[in-house]
Amino acid sequence: MKKSKFFLLALVISVVLCGCGSRKEGDNKTQEKESNSQTQTEGSGEDSSTETKVYGGSVIVGITQDLDSLDPHKAVAAGTEEVLFNIYEGLVKPDRDGNLVPAVAESYTMSEDGTIYTFSLRENIKFHDGTSVTAEDVIYSIKRCAGLLETSDPEVITVSALSCIKEVEALKGEGQKDQIQITLNEPNTELICYFTCAIVPEHIKDLEQNPIGTGPFRFVSYTPLQKFVIEKNKDYYLEGVPYLDEVTFKISANTDSAFLELSAGGIDIFPYLTSEQANQIPDTFEVKTGTMNLVQGLFLNNKKAPFDQKQVRQALFYAIDAKQILEMVGGGAGNIIRTNMFSSFSKYYNTQLDMTYSYNIEKAKELLKQAGYPDGFSFTIQVPSNYQYHIDTAQVIVEQLKQVGITAKIQLIEWSSWLSDVYKARNYEATIVGLDANLAPSDVLKRYCSKASNNFLNYENSEFDEVFAKAVATISDEEKVTFYKDLQRILNEDAASVYLQDPPLLVAVNKKLSGYTFYPVYVQDMATVYYKNAQ
Amino acid sequence: MTADIKQKQQSKYSFEQTTGMILAGLILVFVIVGLFYTPYDPDAINAALKNHPPTLLHPFGTDYLGRDILSRVMVGTKATFFISLLTVLIGGGIGTIIGAVTGYLGGFIDELLMRINDGVTAFPSILLALILVGVIGPGKYNIILALSIIFIPSFARIMRSEFLVQRELDYVRNAKLMGAGIFRIIFVHILPNTKNVLLPAFAIGFNNAVLAEAGMSYLSLGVQPPDASLGRMLSESQSYLLGAPWLAIIPGIVIIVMVLGFGLLGRTWGSN
Repeated sequence: MKKSKFFLLALVISVVLCGCGSRKEGDNKTQEKESNSQTQTEGSGEDSSTETKVYGGSVIVGITQDLDSLDPHKAVAAGTEEVLFNIYEGLVKPDRDGNLVPAVAESYTMSEDGTIYTFSLRENIKFHDGTSVTAEDVIYSIKRCAGLLETSDPEVITVSALSCIKEVEALKGEGQKDQIQITLNEPNTELICYFTCAIVPEHIKDLEQNPIGTGPFRFVSYTPLQKFVIEKNKDYYLEGVPYLDEVTFKISANTDSAFLELSAGGIDIFPYLTSEQANQIPDTFEVKTGTMNLVQGLFLNNKKAPFDQKQVRQALFYAIDAKQILEMVGGGAGNIIRTNMFSSFSKYYNTQLDMTYSYNIEKAKELLKQAGYPDGFSFTIQVPSNYQYHIDTAQVIVEQLKQVGITAKIQLIEWSSWLSDVYKARNYEATIVGLDANLAPSDVLKRYCSKASNNFLNYENSEFDEVFAKAVATISDEEKVTFYKDLQRILNEDAASVYLQDPPLLVAVNKKLSGYTFYPVYVQDMATVYYKNAQ
Repeated sequence: MTADIKQKQQSKYSFEQTTGMILAGLILVFVIVGLFYTPYDPDAINAALKNHPPTLLHPFGTDYLGRDILSRVMVGTKATFFISLLTVLIGGGIGTIIGAVTGYLGGFIDELLMRINDGVTAFPSILLALILVGVIGPGKYNIILALSIIFIPSFARIMRSEFLVQRELDYVRNAKLMGAGIFRIIFVHILPNTKNVLLPAFAIGFNNAVLAEAGMSYLSLGVQPPDASLGRMLSESQSYLLGAPWLAIIPGIVIIVMVLGFGLLGRTWGSN
């Protein structure tokens, strides 16, 4: 339970998960084969070249959260989105490298100034109920997501980033494919990643009972608190996928009971193993390791003394041994990060910063002395009580800070109070959370702008603001990358907070299965999973 | 010689009493030693000793951060013991006074206080504690306050019914005739005579407080990490149940010993 709730961070801090690695289609990285470099397989000596993919079969996936809605535009929990990924698709969808690949749209173009997006619809694409996807359906879906419908359903969670849409219209040329043109009020070159919002049929009014999309699987049944069953979509537009005939998402009360069920053979894939469970996994399973795409850190209120002094923040950085935290809490897996960016977001991730702030008590003491705290000080770390991972991290940090004379106290705080007191009211000294995985680089870094509403760290740096404005404004991809890397450097040099790690995501997969894929966003894609041929 | 003493003790104390005293004594020794000495720093983490089974150096093993469980159990027992003791003293004390006054006086005050009492009792106690902690915030001292409030009604009810009986007895009438003040009658004359009810109530209350503290800390509302308490230790051990069961078993056993020991003592106090 606690582990799975860890993911709920993604839920509140931002709602939309999207991939935005590349802006132009067909720009996929060449080493696609190696893209699973973050995936290490343990305990399997089999040669993958000898295995053949078997069509058919059914798989049971363990999840630990009930679904909050089957309507993709009403669901907010990351745990729901990961499941619905198999049923619904947007105009584009993220692939495992974080690029956006065409889905309902066959291709798209963006105007030079970033104000007009044009999508060409895929031909002969059908909803699960057999009706064709029309331009009207797409317009309806986009407008529903953006809150532009005349009669809007109050339960629909509108995507605020899409509010800059001025007009969505269909371009119907003679004998041409249907095209959708979206005009914006203001230029936005990074908006494409929000067009992953699900395309739903306009004629279905009860999506919650009758979820119909265009994805590789179609809905079969849903029993609240028990299971969610989907079956192969035979008319899927991509040849050859999915492999499985049926997938059952089995909802367990918590990770412990799910693990027991897995040990008994009742679950084939379970994505939220704790490192302890990974050590006890039965022989019939293998553990795959990915990353959660969260920035876990000791976040400091930059306006509260003594954290208003740069030296103090840097001293904390030096005094905290991230490697030990990784070993103690994450079982050795996970990636150490030193700035606010996910390492899996490789296009923008500034690798030069990796070696900064290596554990150094002497340096920390010296910095403290410079800042006027030769004997250390004491402060309180607020930790959300439902995330054992963060609580354990906090306990390790408290011990480490004793070495430099700093007394840290832990205060557990309920998630709702964390949101109101720490996140909104900014009334705290330090806190440990994981900031979530929105893959638009501007969204990852936006919270550090002086005026940003979600700048709960009270970070202020005019240089950062300037570079950020440049990064968002430029349409040159190269410049963008440079600017974003520079922003990470500023955060690192300023020690805006003590960045710790991108926590590991451990997934148990039955050895009979293959093809489980990690995405830089939070999804469980079952379309790539298949049974290996025994011989 | 030693057999002789044993003989004497057995004749003097019942089996329940002996067992109760031994178990409660064990806990007290644990608590008192824990005040001054623990084998290791209970919060010191050690990556090399993660989830290490019991050895001679660490007789109860180490936990998932490599901390010595014996040391943690010692300070944890201490924390749980004092929280429970204070809870039962504060809650039981106030409850006793309310019960005594309302039981003795009767009338309007009785009606008023007892209806409020009913109101508090009607609320599920753990839920009430959760709400209280939600309002005043988690922490060692707040949990004592929250639990104390929850313990008031049951004590008030027990003492009230006892005082209803006692106030009609002759010695109370005599005291009244002799002109004793109301507080003197309640606390000097009647209260000592209720000890057969009062002492077991405190013992049972103490046990409930132990369990309540464990429960609250388990829900991370009580003692804050990295401080140890028995409930916190149980809460932290739950994901290691299969791989490192001693993390849960040791604090579990201590809770059982504590509850059993004081429970047995309380029973024998009642029957005397």
